Amino acid sequence: MSQAVLDKCMSAADIVGQLHDGMTLGIGGWGARQKPMALIREIVKSDLRDLTIVSYGGCDVGMLASARKIKKLVFSFVSLDAIPLEAHFRRARSAGEFEVMEIDEGMFQLGLKAAAQNLDFLPCIAGLGTDVMTYNPDIKTIKSPYSDDHYVAMPAIKLDVALCHVSEADQRGNSWIGGPDMFFDEWFCRAADKAYLTCERLVETSAFNDDHKILRMPIERNLVAGVAEVPFGAHPTSCGPDYGFDVAHLKAYSATAKEGWEGYVSEFIKADDYVKSVGGADHIRSLALPAF
Amino acid sequence: MSTDYTLAELAIVAASEIFRDETPEVFATLIGTLPKLAGYVAKETFLPGMMMSDGIYYLAAEPVPVGPRGDYPVKKEGRIGYERVFTVIAKGNRHAFVGPVQVDKYGQMNLSCIGDYAAPKVTMLGVRGLPGNTVNNRTSMFFASHNKRALVADEVDMVSGAGYNPARYPNENYPRGLDHRQIITNLCVLDFEGPDHAIRVRSLHPGVSFEEVQDNTGFDLVRPDDIPTTAAPTQSQLDIISKWDPKNLRAYIFKDNPPGVRAS
Repeated sequence: MSQAVLDKCMSAADIVGQLHDGMTLGIGGWGARQKPMALIREIVKSDLRDLTIVSYGGCDVGMLASARKIKKLVFSFVSLDAIPLEAHFRRARSAGEFEVMEIDEGMFQLGLKAAAQNLDFLPCIAGLGTDVMTYNPDIKTIKSPYSDDHYVAMPAIKLDVALCHVSEADQRGNSWIGGPDMFFDEWFCRAADKAYLTCERLVETSAFNDDHKILRMPIERNLVAGVAEVPFGAHPTSCGPDYGFDVAHLKAYSATAKEGWEGYVSEFIKADDYVKSVGGADHIRSLALPAF
Repeated sequence: MSTDYTLAELAIVAASEIFRDETPEVFATLIGTLPKLAGYVAKETFLPGMMMSDGIYYLAAEPVPVGPRGDYPVKKEGRIGYERVFTVIAKGNRHAFVGPVQVDKYGQMNLSCIGDYAAPKVTMLGVRGLPGNTVNNRTSMFFASHNKRALVADEVDMVSGAGYNPARYPNENYPRGLDHRQIITNLCVLDFEGPDHAIRVRSLHPGVSFEEVQDNTGFDLVRPDDIPTTAAPTQSQLDIISKWDPKNLRAYIFKDNPPGVRAS
């Protein structure tokens, strides 16, 4: 009988130490919201390479692109919300620096849900009639066995590892998402062989003995291989209800797409104290939540 | 009728008409200042049951003012996170009013990139939800600048949103949810009511000729015998617009914020 590991606490660097070249990584969150940015920064600092990145993309994709970590990107969009177009992604994509699998947002979640259920595919009609099918010849259509309808057979998007940032977690891997939208973090974790979480606060399991909180706990602990407490670990993206995205920081980051990325890496990503480097805890707490 | 209105106000009210034949409780997705204000006019005049989101997560019981809302409290009536949005899209009772970068004669839209797909000259947002929207939901579009770079000859560079191009479908059958409604621009209102869903001029904004519209369009437009002039906004419609746009963001919809009736 194997003994479960019920203390899954580790550091962000330990989590990234579990990753290997060539892996397929799913990144939770959405655009400039609820991204596991502390883990992204650790990947930028690491020697990892040739990653396939699966993301509803924001600056996670942009930073990994400028750090030359991406071999292939599976995406529907890359955006910083308040700044609609992601400058680092645009530069790298236009330079042809990585392969792409560009699919509809709904197809994307179905791919995760297929993988989560050990299915080869799930059917949909999104994608029909578009160049999503032209540029992804591996995505097939099927005829319904019940009618004359034709469907896209969205293939499973299997992940080696999912990386997500949550509001609270315990050492067993239970977690609570405090932001309004839980996005698809659950499905990234289910589609992956292993999931790792960073959290704003590490709490006792008893903190989840709460009927209200339980409604926002979509990831059960046996999906989770490791947990790291990283306050402000989503910055410069938002982590509701604690802080919004840092538009000024995102603007400055965007400006380094053409020139100055190395400076961004040394000033912020490699900072001894990241929170201090971006203005301190009070500054981050004061950032307004997304609203538009 | 008011005679003192801007082109933006004229176009907002014209765009509100895309919802005239909608289902009573349609979920409208309104992306951008003009689509939002157009939806708000529809909701507050003839479609009170329209459902809309706050743009973040909640179903809003009443419109949310456009622009940075600061501490403005959204009046919530439910939740509509992204996972639920995709379920709503697939069910079908939704009208998406979107702003693509290009459209072609089939109503196919591009939001992805321009030029060689492997290394595009211009990289934009990505296909986002356009593939799913366009085969499941009613779709209307807005272009702030009507020109041949936006309304293009041949097909758009990367077909992100589906259209009425039979060659692109299995057995040349359109998906049953494909239902393009109208295109609102700075010059006119277009619809898909020509033969085989060809794009037709529905109305011309005051002072604009069919020839001017055709000269700025990359494909042939269907020209009805009589083309009406886009209706002027009423004072009550203008009041609704200013109520939900207190900071006058509509002044930035069109370059130089021109008047609704061109100076002759």
